Amino acid sequence: MVDGVRTYRMIAAMWIRSTMAYRASFVMTTIGNFAATGLDFLAIVLMFSQIDRLGGYSLPEIAFLYGLSAIAFGTADLVVGSMDRLGRRVRDGTLDTLLVRPAPVLAQVAADRFALRRLGRITQGLLVLGYALLALDDVHWTVLKVLLVPVMVISGGAIFCAVFVGGAAFQFVARDASEVQNAFTYGGATLLQYPPGLFAQDLVRGVTFVFPLAFVNWLPALYVLGRPYPLDLPEWVAFLPPLVAAGCCALAGLAWRAGLRSYRSTGS
Amino acid sequence: MGSGRLYAAVAAGGFRRYATYRAATLAGVFTNTVFGIILAYTYIALWDERPHLGGYDQSDALTYVWLGQALLTTMCVMGTGFEEELIERIRTGDIAIDLYRPADLQLWWLAQDLGRALFQLLGRGLIPFVIGAWLFDLSLPASPLTWLTFLVAVVLGVLVSYSFRFLVALAAFWLMDGAGITQMAWLAGVFCSGMVLPLNVFPGVLGEVVRALPWAALIQAPADMLLGAADPLGTFAFQAGWAVALLGAGRLLQAVATRRVVVQGG
Repeated sequence: MVDGVRTYRMIAAMWIRSTMAYRASFVMTTIGNFAATGLDFLAIVLMFSQIDRLGGYSLPEIAFLYGLSAIAFGTADLVVGSMDRLGRRVRDGTLDTLLVRPAPVLAQVAADRFALRRLGRITQGLLVLGYALLALDDVHWTVLKVLLVPVMVISGGAIFCAVFVGGAAFQFVARDASEVQNAFTYGGATLLQYPPGLFAQDLVRGVTFVFPLAFVNWLPALYVLGRPYPLDLPEWVAFLPPLVAAGCCALAGLAWRAGLRSYRSTGS
Repeated sequence: MGSGRLYAAVAAGGFRRYATYRAATLAGVFTNTVFGIILAYTYIALWDERPHLGGYDQSDALTYVWLGQALLTTMCVMGTGFEEELIERIRTGDIAIDLYRPADLQLWWLAQDLGRALFQLLGRGLIPFVIGAWLFDLSLPASPLTWLTFLVAVVLGVLVSYSFRFLVALAAFWLMDGAGITQMAWLAGVFCSGMVLPLNVFPGVLGEVVRALPWAALIQAPADMLLGAADPLGTFAFQAGWAVALLGAGRLLQAVATRRVVVQGG
């Protein structure tokens, strides 16, 4: 574990130095990352130029869901977002280089091409969340609700990390199907930006019980907003995110091990 | 007439090249379908609130969603077509070899990109659209003529998309590293093509501006043909106008760029 963190830090630092060699490009891509994610929110703002409520939710309420989803996903994307390149490494055989190094493979793959520009997405999420917190005037803040916000961000980030790692484990088998992962990562993050009431009940059931993305922000955020939960869930589920996150990370770790063990080099 | 056969072969190569990655295509179909479903529900909520927004009824809006997913990779709205490879060739100096070839750079990549677009339309476009039509209530035209105008608009859209990305790639002659410019192009593409929201829903002056920009040719124009929401001749003229202007600009830039090419290394 200590070894992994050290490896990760060293490789990440190396990539930061290498990105800084093209400083103009770095600035452009960071702004681009910020703006690209901002477009999602701009789309929501454009929608609200035509309407007052979407699925019964006001703009600040949706901004609250959006900000939490964006920060949680952005954090995971920064930390382990490069893992979607694993399929390519399996295909072209460069994974072998990582296997012979005396350092944990997971840390090497996760830190590979570490992209600091991804801070753009987190910054954008923080700004939207900040706007939401200022503009939400119907929320009766309690100590519990205030504490729940950072808990959501951290557990949500961990849940998305688990999705990235699990997806990478899947690529040991699927090789060039890395885009399936996008459906769960980017797709999941987009889904969580909108209130659960918009979607079909089966879809909500799926992301609650099977693929527990609902714990990233929906369930805890609805508690903060004082909104009814989907699927008639009890109130205490709002406090489950840390447990769910721990469970997801454990499962992803097991999947990663199984994937790595099943890996047979291309031999080229 | 040897060059016609050459470019046809290059186009066929572009088609085959993308057709090789079957698992990747299936994965793409899956992802487009998931995004289509998520977007469709948000559009349903939006059109519930404001029926006939932008002149579309709800099933028009849903058709628009699935068309967007079907055309996303065909039009390379988010990039990753030939331009990344061309940028890499410019950066490494391999471009010098390309310039010695008895084929025109712009036409060569155009042929390759047309092959790619055809495969993406069939491989990654058709299936999500069929799934969307099965899951949701879409408004599909009965008249074959409407489908024909749609296909013409798709072809013109691919031309506009290609000629814009060719310009983006050539910028690498000056910037060396293409990451920044491709991201900017990607941003403009996603927002201004109507991927996030139909362009006729954009309010006021912003709406007028985005509808006049080249990206309106990529998704909005074919969608309006299929939904019978715009005059075909005016739409074709708009698309063809941008295609000619951008191809001309590409020609000019190619001439300037090749004069200043500096081959590093070897």
